[in-house]
Amino acid sequence: MNQSATISSAAPASTRAGLLVRYGIWIALALTLLLLPYVFSSRLALSTMSLMGTMIVFALSYNMLLGQTGLLSFGHAVFFGLGGFATVHMLNLVGGNSYPIPLPLFPVVGALGGLFFGVLFGAVATKRAGTAFAMITLGIGELVASSALILRRFFGGEEGITTDRTDMLRVFGYSFGPQIQVYYLIAAWCFLSIVLMYAITRTPFGRICNAVRDNPQRVSFIGYDPSTVRFIAFSLSGLFAGVAGGLSAINFEIVNAAQMGAVESGSVVLMTYIGGVGNFAGPIIGAILVTWLQLILSDATTVWPLYVGLLFIGVVMFAPGGIAGLLSMQQPLLAARTLHRVLPYYFLMFVPGAVAVAGLAMLIETSHQFSIRAAYGPRMTLYSIPFDVTTLTPWAIGAVVFAVGLWLFLRAARLARNAYDAALPQRGNR
Amino acid sequence: MLEIILVSTLNGVLYGMLLFLMASGLTVIFSMMGVLNLAHASFYMLGAFFGFEISRRLGFWPALIIAPVLVGLIGMAVERYGLRRVHKHGHVAELLFTFGLTFVITEMVEMFWGKLPVDYRVPPSLDFAAFTVFSVNYPAFRLFVLLISVAIFIALLLTIKRTRIGLIVQAALTHPGMVGMLGHNVDRIFMLVFGVGVGLAAIAGVIAGPILITQSNMAALLGPILFVVVVVGGLGSLGGALVASLLIGLVQTFAVAFNVSLADLFGTSQLSAVLEVWLADIWRVTIAQIAPIMPYILLVLVLIFRPRGLMGTRDT
Repeated sequence: MNQSATISSAAPASTRAGLLVRYGIWIALALTLLLLPYVFSSRLALSTMSLMGTMIVFALSYNMLLGQTGLLSFGHAVFFGLGGFATVHMLNLVGGNSYPIPLPLFPVVGALGGLFFGVLFGAVATKRAGTAFAMITLGIGELVASSALILRRFFGGEEGITTDRTDMLRVFGYSFGPQIQVYYLIAAWCFLSIVLMYAITRTPFGRICNAVRDNPQRVSFIGYDPSTVRFIAFSLSGLFAGVAGGLSAINFEIVNAAQMGAVESGSVVLMTYIGGVGNFAGPIIGAILVTWLQLILSDATTVWPLYVGLLFIGVVMFAPGGIAGLLSMQQPLLAARTLHRVLPYYFLMFVPGAVAVAGLAMLIETSHQFSIRAAYGPRMTLYSIPFDVTTLTPWAIGAVVFAVGLWLFLRAARLARNAYDAALPQRGNR
Repeated sequence: MLEIILVSTLNGVLYGMLLFLMASGLTVIFSMMGVLNLAHASFYMLGAFFGFEISRRLGFWPALIIAPVLVGLIGMAVERYGLRRVHKHGHVAELLFTFGLTFVITEMVEMFWGKLPVDYRVPPSLDFAAFTVFSVNYPAFRLFVLLISVAIFIALLLTIKRTRIGLIVQAALTHPGMVGMLGHNVDRIFMLVFGVGVGLAAIAGVIAGPILITQSNMAALLGPILFVVVVVGGLGSLGGALVASLLIGLVQTFAVAFNVSLADLFGTSQLSAVLEVWLADIWRVTIAQIAPIMPYILLVLVLIFRPRGLMGTRDT
């Protein structure tokens, strides 16, 4: 759904476009969110989609910093976690119906928590940009994560704080016990947050953020203070991260200090960048893809973060625009109706690429079995083929498959690049 | 009390010198290439694990030489085929590349050595008490680590200040374009500096491994403190890195030795009962417990009040 969303949202809107065309993408998004549980109705799918919705809000809030304002933060999970803690404490305070507040309003508490700490830490961090900003956010992230283990009463130590989401005032009889009701709560907040964050990018403030990213010096010449712009962007980004934290708290009914740590902060960097920072839809794609990858890979192998890390390095090195960047590269071809000329080459790239990945996976899994899982014996099964890792054969096969796949992939990539350049309309040449 | 002060000072200086071994490479790489190598602590971890594996097979002394050389070569390959490629996409891409590298190196280490600590022992030839103060036996290996780090510090200083290579490196720090014009291969200098920098981190890993715990999370534990050291010392300043390393080493070691909280200081009175209710956890926290967060508090304070760091020449 998001691939088509990227392309059509990026397409130049005709000046006489009607209401339906203008808001068509949003109506499509709302309908997709509404109808998804009918397509994927299993319990696992529902909880996965709830998690994805939370992560979409989180990744988009991160891209307000990285993509829109050019600020690389390594401590963004702080606002996610603190928003979650604010929500959980408010839920416990209100619980048992002592105040008549329905559950769907609680992400607002997360938002306020995120905004409060966004203002607090933003005042320190946004005085500088670039590497210094990255270091300060890293320091703040470590500071908060380590403090959380000391201040046990508020953060609940290692176990975290639990709550009960069903104990609130019920509106229209919804208890929010079943996952499907929680999914719709998250979907609604996800939709609202996406619309709001997109709207922010369209305001003059959003444009000034982009200007601060591209050339802070010129921004200060036209009368804006870049550090104030950064500060506002940082605070707003904290607000939306707090919403995501609140949604996560409602979804899992628990928040713990680990959710504010370096791992969580790192994973939002991975999601956002793999999806693509240059395009509004990029983080959405990244959040869905990485959540899904984590789910299927962690089932298949214990070293799954290695694969995600390699994917991330691959994106940084070869496709700095991320997946959304690769997709929007196809847009001029689509407009010139020459995409069909390049598609066969993409397919030609895909096949040896998949072979190379399979070979690499074989090398990784075989060495993993050889060194760590040796306690389980030298026999293992990969791609439903059993073999013995103490013999040379599996290593040789893995290496050969990887090398041949990679070589063919690089050749195909060169062909595809030539075809792409040829298919590009002359005027729009890079 | 005197005993605590003496032993804590020794341990603090030791920890500080280990930090400096890593921070020196990091800060030189930063001032030369403008890249803050987020994976620097990962190379330190690689050094520790290589050191463990080699000393298990060949002994500790060969490991002390081979492991840093191996890690240095890996670092050069990373610079040549990774960083240099990413350079054209800008600084954010470079930072993100080294960030991705931390993931990959940590996972690789877990893939080969697992998540549990490995049994990296002090070599038998150094496994005795060097001297005894107030009935505390100070291990010879710790003294050896201290001596080695001081020796490397002096060697590094002499290389940079007194040799021709050091002269070129110093020039390339500030005027890379001019150094290139004069016929030096700046790219190769960058690659060498990167290799030597991570090699120094690897030496720290080999000698720190037996004292600290050699485990796959050691990079994640130490990495952030390393960045605190270079920012507090002033990005690009070797002297600042030394002062900041020793400062943080001493602060953390002394903090651990004192088990005092606000509640202990105020004793039991009407006031303290009130404060205990309002401050809750803060009231009961001991100095030893806040030792892990002290470097970060220092970082935030320095960035607010002296953004260029203790001895830095330019704002970070």
